[in-house]
Order: sequence, then structure tokens, then C-alpha cells
Amino acid sequence: MFDRLSDGFNSVFRKLSGKGKISQANVQEAMEEVRRSLLDADVHLDVVEAFCQGVLSDALGEQVTQSLQPGQEMIGIVHRRLIEFLGGEADGSSPEPGIMRVSPGPTVVMMCGLQGAGKTTTCGKLAGYLKKQGQSVLLVAGDLQRPAAVEQLETVARQANEDLPGGGRVEFYSEPDKCDSYGKAVGVAVGVCQRAVKEARKRGIDTVILDTAGRLHVNDELMGELSAVQRRVQPHQIMLVVDAMTGQDAVLSAKAFHERLAVDGVIMTKFDSDTRGGAALSVKHVTGATIRFVGIGEKLDAIEPFFADRMAGRILGMGDVVSLVEKAQEEISEAEAEKLQDKIAKGEMGMDDFLSQLRTLRKMGPLKQLLGMMPGIGSALKDVHVDDGQLDHVEAMINSMTIKERRKPDLINNSRRKRIARGAGSKQEDISQLVKQFSAINTLSRQMATMSGASKAKAVKEMSAGGGLEAMMPGLKGMPGMMGTKGSTKSKSKKKFKKRR
Amino acid sequence: MAIFQSVIGKLKKGLKRTREGFVDSLRTVLLGKKLDDELIREIRACLIKADVGVAATDRLIESITEAYKAGTLTQGADVLVHLKDQLAELWPECDRSLKTASSSPTVYLVIGVNGAGKTTSIAKLAWLLKSQGNSVMLGACDTFRAGAVRQLEVWAERLGVDLIKGQQGGDPAAVAFDACQAANARKADVLILDTAGRLQTQDPLMRQLTKIKNVASKQVPGGPHEVLLVIDATAGQNGLRQAEAFAEASDVTGIILSKLDGTAKGGIVVAIRDAINIPVKFVGLGETPQDIEPFDPDKFIQAMFEQEG
Repeated sequence: MFDRLSDGFNSVFRKLSGKGKISQANVQEAMEEVRRSLLDADVHLDVVEAFCQGVLSDALGEQVTQSLQPGQEMIGIVHRRLIEFLGGEADGSSPEPGIMRVSPGPTVVMMCGLQGAGKTTTCGKLAGYLKKQGQSVLLVAGDLQRPAAVEQLETVARQANEDLPGGGRVEFYSEPDKCDSYGKAVGVAVGVCQRAVKEARKRGIDTVILDTAGRLHVNDELMGELSAVQRRVQPHQIMLVVDAMTGQDAVLSAKAFHERLAVDGVIMTKFDSDTRGGAALSVKHVTGATIRFVGIGEKLDAIEPFFADRMAGRILGMGDVVSLVEKAQEEISEAEAEKLQDKIAKGEMGMDDFLSQLRTLRKMGPLKQLLGMMPGIGSALKDVHVDDGQLDHVEAMINSMTIKERRKPDLINNSRRKRIARGAGSKQEDISQLVKQFSAINTLSRQMATMSGASKAKAVKEMSAGGGLEAMMPGLKGMPGMMGTKGSTKSKSKKKFKKRR
Repeated sequence: MAIFQSVIGKLKKGLKRTREGFVDSLRTVLLGKKLDDELIREIRACLIKADVGVAATDRLIESITEAYKAGTLTQGADVLVHLKDQLAELWPECDRSLKTASSSPTVYLVIGVNGAGKTTSIAKLAWLLKSQGNSVMLGACDTFRAGAVRQLEVWAERLGVDLIKGQQGGDPAAVAFDACQAANARKADVLILDTAGRLQTQDPLMRQLTKIKNVASKQVPGGPHEVLLVIDATAGQNGLRQAEAFAEASDVTGIILSKLDGTAKGGIVVAIRDAINIPVKFVGLGETPQDIEPFDPDKFIQAMFEQEG
């Protein structure tokens, strides 16, 4: 995502860094390119104008024009403006994302949006997210228009309750007999929602999520229904669900929903597509409501809180190491990490540890998505096709080794290699390559594990050569192995890609 | 106004949609104005806001500017005609109708990203084809999304057409196989295959689409006779990527432009036609099965320059 946008900005920075000073003429010329790539990224025309105006006026301020490093200055300016347009605070921080809780409960959250934006799936994801935090959630089927919407939510609720981790629970409320075809039975949802909230109070539920029918913002009758729910049920928060692939119309519809309902937050869906993300830049500027979550995949756990500053970093190719570390912390316990670090320090890391790290890594999300968060890598990977399936082969190879071989890969000689290759259905060269890479990682991680904190930081800095690293330092503790794994899989998939070409 | 007039016609048929207030206030940017640089800038803004995209817009604007400088275009209204001509050229009459097989069944495969409106579009197509006297059968190959099969089932019941379905979570290609077999056996005129929504970035799912298509072509000679890509009218420039990726995976033959009853203009189909030459065959204008119309370039262009007054 955001690839094209990143390219546009980067070309501007390159152009300007060749210049001795910023002048009105060369900035204006450079901004023309930015304007084009913003439009190409589906940022609304009016927002593009406002953004470019803002950057221009900042850039032509005295400080910058006298700066000796205009390229760097421009990056700073654009970064600040991007954060602003994505809904960050003036000091560059992001407002706390997520759902505010109300005491006493239940907290009532109403979802709304156009048809096909992804409300029902998002309801399930949000419920799963809250369940992970230990909350009890009631999903309410308020979409009585689309055929089988109630059944869909019921399935989603069950999946969230049974398949997702966390100490909370997800329950479901519906009145299936109230369903009717589109345009009929408008307003029935109001009663359903009221009774659901009453029921939630009885069951001692923490958060109630009201799913509603998708509707066009120009459909007065159905918009009236939403207003009625708002009046009678008084939800604490109203979330507008917006498809990240939406074009220029995103602004119009978001505005209409906002004017009618005073939306509290936005959830962007389908962020894992190769969207250029223009909707994300436009919506906040127009409605004032910030983006709280983004949906990043088909599975119910594919939802992330949204941080404006981190997203701005990603757009500018600075990566998002903070989110990456957070993801890692979610999957790896402190104790596990320490055990691993011990092993590494003693030089005892075996293929099994490598395998479990690999599996953990894969749990964190698709490889390309993770790599995109590394500074400088996102844009380099733009057109590279990263196939997670390659990792299956690595797993198969390790699985075909004996326990002894996994502990001491040096044991692997010709005949063992032949056997492993046969078992894994791969070539012998692949096995050699894996063993070689493994020992390289092992050496690197051992070095890092025995380093002092400061030199470790330095090594990491050298490895990833980019900004925004200070913030990741606390999270780095006990994770040198992770970094090593990542480096290796990256070079591996790239190599494979070349081969295929 | 034409595209909305037809909508209004439908409204009056008892749908009680309340768009009139909105429609009444529409006016055309171009009418009654002399063409000048300022108006050309406005035209450009209209095209961009309609999601036509920068590249295609630049090309259209260039041709307008040329004609303006040559003195052949002088009035705003002429620009409408000029653009309509260009678009009509892009969409010749012939390729806007659906292909049919010489011997039944005719198979249509319907594909698209999540939430584009595939299932609803299929219900509309089924209604249209049935009202033309065809026996229609539906194949529920969306075995992934919760409730998708049931959604199609409800439509099948309402429309009184046959439905072939499989297990939730089963192999969609197997359902396609069963559906083709059933269509052959029951001598249905038309079989429409629904598929799960998928983002074009998900390679395994795109390969699955190729597999479904191959099944259809093995079971029914010449099938699928049309591969219809559903594109949401609200889609931005990502729609072009969608069209490219889906075309590569399964040779898309036509587009159904859904949800054109909102304020989105669906200009992305111009960019798509401009870049990879896929025609739009139908537009979706609402949630009931009757809300489907053949694509009309005239109405489409006109709508692009309409604004709230």
C-alpha cells in the first residue's frame, strides 16, 4: 500500500536534495509531482489542494529556504503535514486509538457505512480484538435488509468466540423473524437494538457492537433509521466503516454520514489491497473523525489500531518499527525470549529454535506486510513478489531432519543431505543453502547477544540504517534472534524471486 | 440527467427511494457556458472527482484543449457531445450485450473484490435473464464468506430459480463442477456462478479463480461465455489494478458497474477501458433485482458533470 505515493514523495526529495537551496520555483515544480501522485492515490481533489498549499507555505518559510539541506527539510515538512492529515496531534503524536470504555457498562458501539464496506466482518474483528483484552462482547444483528446478513454475523460471532485467543467472550443477539427484503421493514432495527442493549445489561456484557445494514448516504429513509437508532439507543461511539479502495466519493459519503450522525471514528477496511490509501488521507480532513482501526486481511484477527505518525512514516518509506515490535511482543512471551537469548549467547541455537521463530514470524502476518514495516525496505519491495509459500519449503526441510541434525546442523553430510532433500521434496542445494544461512544467522545473533546494550543498538542501526529507531529500543530486549531471522528470510525470498524471473 | 431520470422512473414504481431532493438540485457544470481556460479547469476537476484518474483525464483534456484551440469547440455543451462521442467510440454498441452459447447452457462467471456487490448483481442478472424467458440456474461457489451461500439461496428462492450449492468451506471448483453438471442435465439456458470476493493482491485466491474457470470450460463447451467483473462505482484508481489482475487471472470479458445509485460516478471504468479495453455491460442502480440496466455511455458522461446546485 501507499507505494505510488511513496515514490512520488521520494522523487521530490531527490530533486530537492540536489539543489543548494529551496526556491519558490523549484518547490512549486516539485509539488506538481506530489499533486499528481496524491490524485493517483485517490486523495480527494480538494484535500490535495489543501495539502499542497500547506506544504508549500511551510516550505517557503524563512527557515527552510535558508537551510543547507533542503531535501531533509522537505521530508520533515511533508512528514508533519501527513501526520496532521492522517489525524495526528500537532506535536506529531497520535491520539489513543481503540474503543473508549464507559463505566458502568455496557459500552455501546454502532457501526455504519455503505454497502460492501465490510461492516459485518469488521464487527467480528472488533469483537475479537476486545475479547483479547478480556472483554465480553455482544454482537447485535441490526442488518435486516441484506439477505443472510444475520446468519453471517452469527457465524462470525461464533468464530470469534471459538477460534480467537483471549480471556473474554463473544455473544450474539438477533431477532431473525424481523428480517425483510431491502427497503421494507425500515426502522425495525431500532427496536432490535434497544432490546439488545437491555439484554446486554442483564447479561453483564462489557461492550455491545451494533451491526447495521449498508446504505447509501443519499437514501433518506435508511439514514433516518440510523438516526433513530442513535436517538433511542444512544450509542457511546459511532464508527464509520470505509473501504480503503474508495475513490473520490469517499469524502462525499463520509461527510454525509458525519453530518447525520456525528461519527466518532473511522475504521478503514481492505487495507491489505494494493490501494493507494487516498481515502485515509481524505476522510479525517473532511469529517474531523480520526481513523481508529484498519482491517488488513480476510481472517478475523486481521485488525490493527491505527496510528497517524506511524502511518505517515510508512508512506514516506521510513517503515514502522514500533508496530513491528509490538506485533512481535504479542506473539512472544518475555520468558520465551529470554530463554532463546540464553541459548543464542551459549551458541546453542538449533534448527528447532529457528523453526519456532519462523512459525512465530508467520503468525505475525504475511511476510511482505512485515517487511514493509522495516525502514527503507517497503519501497524496495514494491514490485517484488514475496511468496509466503517459500517458507513452507523451509519448514519441510527442517521437519525432514532428525533431532540430532536439528541440534547440530554441522552433522549434515552428503548422504544425510540426500535423505533430507528426498524427505522434503526439495533439491540438495536448497538444504546446503539453508544450513549455510542458518550458521550465518547463528554467528550474527551470537555476536549481538553478547554485545552491550549500546553497541547492540548501534548494530541494529547499522543493519537497518533508517530513522525512528529510538522508539524501538525498549522492545528490542531479548529479540536479536528475531532480527536475524527476518534478515535471512528477506534475502531468501528475494533470491528466489530472481531465480523465478 | 438521463441516468437519474431512469432512476426516478423506478422510484415512482413504488420503491419510495428519497433521492428526488438530491436529484432535483443537480445541475450541469457545462450548460450555458462559454468554453475557456477556467471552464477547462473545471472540466478537469469533474473528471478527477469522477475517479477517471489522472492519466485518462489528461488525455481527455488534451483532446478538448486541442479542439478548443482549433476553434471547433466553443460552448460548454459542445464538450458534453465531444466527450460522449469519445466514450461511445470506446464502447461500441456491439460489445455491450451478453454473449450466449450456440447450444445451452450459457455459463457466466461473476468475480470481483470483497464487497463489490457480486451476489446482488447476480440476483439482478438472474432476474433479467429469467424475465427474458430463460431458465436460470445459480452456482454458489462462494464457500468462504460466512452467510454467502445463504444470501444467494434467499435470492434464488425469491426469484424462483434453481441453486446448486456445496459445503461451507468446501472447494469452490467442486461446486462449479456440480453446477455445470446440473446445468447440463437439467438443460438450463443460463448458469451463473457466484464466487467469493477476493482482493487482487492475494495470489492463491486468484489462482483458485483460474481453476474455477477451467472447470467451467471443461464441463461446458465454450464456457464460461462471459467472465463478468463487478466493480464498485465508488472504487478509486485501485479499480484499475483490480481489472488488470482479474483480467490476467481469468480473461474478464465485461464489467458490471455496481452501486451507481449513490453519488459516485464510476469514472474508473473509463480508465479501465482506456488502459486494458474491457467494456462495461451493465450498471447496478439499487438493491432490488429490477435495478439493473444496460450501460449507456450518454447517460454516464452526462452524470459525470452533474453537481449539487
